[in-house]
Amino acid sequence: MTEREQRSRARDTADETVHDAPRARGGEVAGKIDDLLDEIDSVLEENAEEFVKNYVQKGGE
Amino acid sequence: MATPHVLGTEVEYGITITNDPGFNPVLASAAVVNAHAEGADRITWSYDAESPGSDARGFVVTQATVDETDSGLVNAVLHNGARLYVDHAHPEYSTPECGDPLEATLHDKAGELVMHRAATHASASLKGTQRMVLHKNNSDGKGNSYGAHENYLVPRSVPFGEIVQHMTAFLVSRQIVTGSGKVGSEHGRPEVPYQLTQRADFFEEEVGLETTLKRPIINTRDEPHADPAKYRRLHVIFGDATMSEVQTFIKLGSTSLMLLAVADGALGAPTRLSHPVDAVTAVSHDVTLHRTVDLLDGSRATALDLQWRYLTLLETYVASGDVPPVYKQVLTEWRGVLEDLPKGHAAVSDRLDWAAKLSLIEAYRTRDHLDWKHPKLRLLDLQYHAIDPARGLYHRLLAAGSMRRLFTDEEVAEAAILPPPSTRAWFRGECLRRYPDAVVAANWDSLVFDIGQPSLVRIPMMEPLRGTRALVEELLTASPDAAALINNLGGHDD
Repeated sequence: MTEREQRSRARDTADETVHDAPRARGGEVAGKIDDLLDEIDSVLEENAEEFVKNYVQKGGE
Repeated sequence: MATPHVLGTEVEYGITITNDPGFNPVLASAAVVNAHAEGADRITWSYDAESPGSDARGFVVTQATVDETDSGLVNAVLHNGARLYVDHAHPEYSTPECGDPLEATLHDKAGELVMHRAATHASASLKGTQRMVLHKNNSDGKGNSYGAHENYLVPRSVPFGEIVQHMTAFLVSRQIVTGSGKVGSEHGRPEVPYQLTQRADFFEEEVGLETTLKRPIINTRDEPHADPAKYRRLHVIFGDATMSEVQTFIKLGSTSLMLLAVADGALGAPTRLSHPVDAVTAVSHDVTLHRTVDLLDGSRATALDLQWRYLTLLETYVASGDVPPVYKQVLTEWRGVLEDLPKGHAAVSDRLDWAAKLSLIEAYRTRDHLDWKHPKLRLLDLQYHAIDPARGLYHRLLAAGSMRRLFTDEEVAEAAILPPPSTRAWFRGECLRRYPDAVVAANWDSLVFDIGQPSLVRIPMMEPLRGTRALVEELLTASPDAAALINNLGGHDD
């Protein structure tokens, strides 16, 4: 296997871990976050799609 | 060792009003600034000494001068020495000049509190279900970005070319430590579900003067607000606004240390990227941290490899010099993050915004079986940065003990009203507090007083390390009013 293929394969494998939401790997911190979701549900802006759609900023700096 | 930098941040906040899609962001930003609760704060900002067109490479670009109409916009100079104002269509907070990265981190956080209080006050005059919502972020996810800039005062004697050579690969690689995370990509960049930074998609040049288009990794704006023969200002536009205190501290501290080491020639040959602009998105778009970038010497390295290289060099640098203890704290926090990054994002989600946000999003994805395209994930991304402690998701994580802190709420609240003692900001802030009726204009490098005489009196403050508490408290205490202050300074002719 060439070096390029190895890198490519490593990246593919690693990408999956992002997509698969490894809750178990999260340990204590993610566990706490998990407990928070109900609370966060209550403070999230109500209509996610609408809020995100209307969130348009002018460029700055 | 070179003299530690005076430094600070300037952050443009995203602004929106709920249930009012047609709101005017310029007027809303002005309402926030005007709502700032300190009654004496409406001091005129003087633009006399500002020249944002000045270029670090030694020439002045005339077409890039400040828009004259800016001077008509609202400005407040605060008792803590900061500046709160409207920039384009955003409320912006410039911290006072700070003496070290910990102090600058504290004042960066104090800016959020100032903004939140002002937005809360401004919200009171809105209708029914409308609320003013401010986000300390850098992108609307639709191709529009606004800045979170860092400013470092460096000796003029350091050749700018050396700064460029050493800092480019440092800044590109620090994204793994300094990113605040973003769902998706924009500005024509390849699609990704999630990336490390808010800002990477917007950088198109290696070096340049622009900040609003064709953004460069190294910005050449050289407007020191101090004696230009002695200082230049490195205006770092390549960074995200960060919520995490530890992360902000590492961001400001590691960059400060790099600049100190560059000034002292302590880094040896620079590590140089073959394609810096391509490397920006290559690093930001890879949350696995495995991707490598090409170096000019023909080798390849990951961003983590590069960060280890810089940390190791700076550990040696700090060990060999007489360095204030705060920089050792920088190295400890930075090393801790680099050691934990290979364990996966959950291992650093108590310190790095991009990791905290990703952990939260993954928990939602698991519980609700959400696809990466689901709008709720974009809302989580956005609301992570909301500065209202009741609604902002960073704040909810903080309240749950999931984020590490460096400061207490009381310390942040104090920094929202008191200037840092270590720079001329102390003189500025204290003059505003003690002589509110006499200060008619303020700027970074001067104060203008009206002491009831035919002409106004300007006190220049060209040296940022003068005007400190240690140097001027006695003088101010001995001056019951501004006229006495001017008299005691001995510089005023009647």
